[in-house]
Amino acid sequence: MSLPQLEYCQARTVEEALELWAKKTKARYLAGGTDLLPQLRAASGTQLTLVDLKQIESLAKIGQAEDGAVSIGAAASVAAVAANATVRKRYPILSDCCLSLGSYPLRNRATVVGNICNASPCADTAAALLALDAIVVATSTKAKRRIPMVDFFQGPGESCLQAGELVEEILLPQATAGGRGHYGRIARRKSVDISTVAVLLSVLPKGQPRHRLSLLSVAPTPLRVFEAEAVLDERGPEGASQAAEIARASCTPISDVRASAEYRRDMVAVLTERGVMTLAQSMGG
Amino acid sequence: MQKTITVTVNESVETHQVQSNQTLLNFLRETLDLTGAKEGCNEGECGACVVLLDGKAINSCMTLAVEVDGHQVTTIEGIGDVDRPHPIQQAFLKNQAVQCGFCTPGTILTAVSLLAENPNPNEQEVREALAGNLCRCTGYRQIIDSVLAAAAILPKGGGQ
Ligand SMILES: Cc1cc2nc3c(=O)[nH]c(=O)nc-3n(C[C@H](O)[C@H](O)[C@H](O)COP(=O)(O)OP(=O)(O)OC[C@H]3O[C@@H](n4cnc5c(N)ncnc54)[C@H](O)[C@@H]3O)c2cc1C
Ligand code: FES
Ligand code: FES
Repeated sequence: MSLPQLEYCQARTVEEALELWAKKTKARYLAGGTDLLPQLRAASGTQLTLVDLKQIESLAKIGQAEDGAVSIGAAASVAAVAANATVRKRYPILSDCCLSLGSYPLRNRATVVGNICNASPCADTAAALLALDAIVVATSTKAKRRIPMVDFFQGPGESCLQAGELVEEILLPQATAGGRGHYGRIARRKSVDISTVAVLLSVLPKGQPRHRLSLLSVAPTPLRVFEAEAVLDERGPEGASQAAEIARASCTPISDVRASAEYRRDMVAVLTERGVMTLAQSMGG
Repeated sequence: MQKTITVTVNESVETHQVQSNQTLLNFLRETLDLTGAKEGCNEGECGACVVLLDGKAINSCMTLAVEVDGHQVTTIEGIGDVDRPHPIQQAFLKNQAVQCGFCTPGTILTAVSLLAENPNPNEQEVREALAGNLCRCTGYRQIIDSVLAAAAILPKGGGQ
């Protein structure tokens, strides 16, 4: 199917992007386009204006920000984030989640910010960003605000961004650096398929809680299971099956072409326990 | 809506009027008559449309022609030809990694991009990089062997 008629413009600065968005009757920001363009093929209605963000130099960066945080700009590709030396050293779980997204050519184009703005319950990078207490920095013509990752998702395809609000960057705080994790991901194919269910368990060197458990594809949004994290902090690997049961009870999956709700719930429990065991083994205890 | 773009395709500078909703794939095939890139699924799943954008493999079915204004695109036509095949193309011939050939341009360009980034990949890395290039006929063994064989003889930098 071909794409509907559309208008395309390039913004050079964030301010220009916000203005262009505001001037048009129906506008969308364009990053890698790997969600947006396939969605547009199925769409109809009023002509859309795409405001391309990729020429905005300040958004391309991945690097040091204030307070020891690492910034991921809105135009940074999933491949660039996965390969970034600082990300690999300090936030290896984000690198892992990036590498399980789509295919290699797709990751060269798709962005991490686009992945969360699309707000799918299966957004791979969200598993790590939730675990890392990432902060989403969003700007509108009126104000700039910092949104904690746990508050960002509202429902399938729905984030807390207001109309016209633009995500400039995602900040990875220093406090959650140095963690290790196990990303258990079930899909119909090993690659280039969104997850049927995915569970990321990570352990941070310090911080409260030390364990972090994120679930994908089993609720209207990507999910953190704080109650299970507290059990693992308190009981360690002994708490594996209790944590797994809490995780199972906390999700509200649907049945679809990929799997039944029952299967997804069972796999959440299995992958949670597997995560605990794998991490315990790799720590030699 | 129309727009004028200037893009370097296989080292030739091209200035054309394009429709804003025209994909890069469609621009290459219909406007420039470069039919090496193929339309398989038109939704990012199959890899038949892969070309290099500023040296990196991307799916041209999910990229607009207007987005590549000012950039460099390389298609299979710019990689090698019958008289002077690229080492990866030679390896595909030698290892019989081509049957109908529909997937071959995209697969070879994905491999060119991989080897430029990682000149000595192991088999797992080759498999992961090629996971988005579907082949209905040959079977992946010959394709993977070809990429590994080419990596062994290519100078560092992927020989672009
Ligand atoms: C074949 C295929 C396989 C895929 N596999 C996976 C997978 O395994 N896992 C997965 O998680 N996803 C997958 N995806 C989905 C998609 O590739 C990812 O979600 C990708 O990260 C989206 O990023 P993008 O830059 O292409 O976003 P775009 O398509 O450019 O944008 C996505 C949405 O976010 C909005 N947006 C973009 N940037 C901003 C910004 N800075 N501020 C505000 N809004 C913004 C856009 O308007 C749009 O609504 C797949 C897609 C395809 C086609
Ligand atoms: S035609 Fe582009 S990925 Fe299939
Ligand atoms: S050779 Fe026919 S699809 Fe690969």
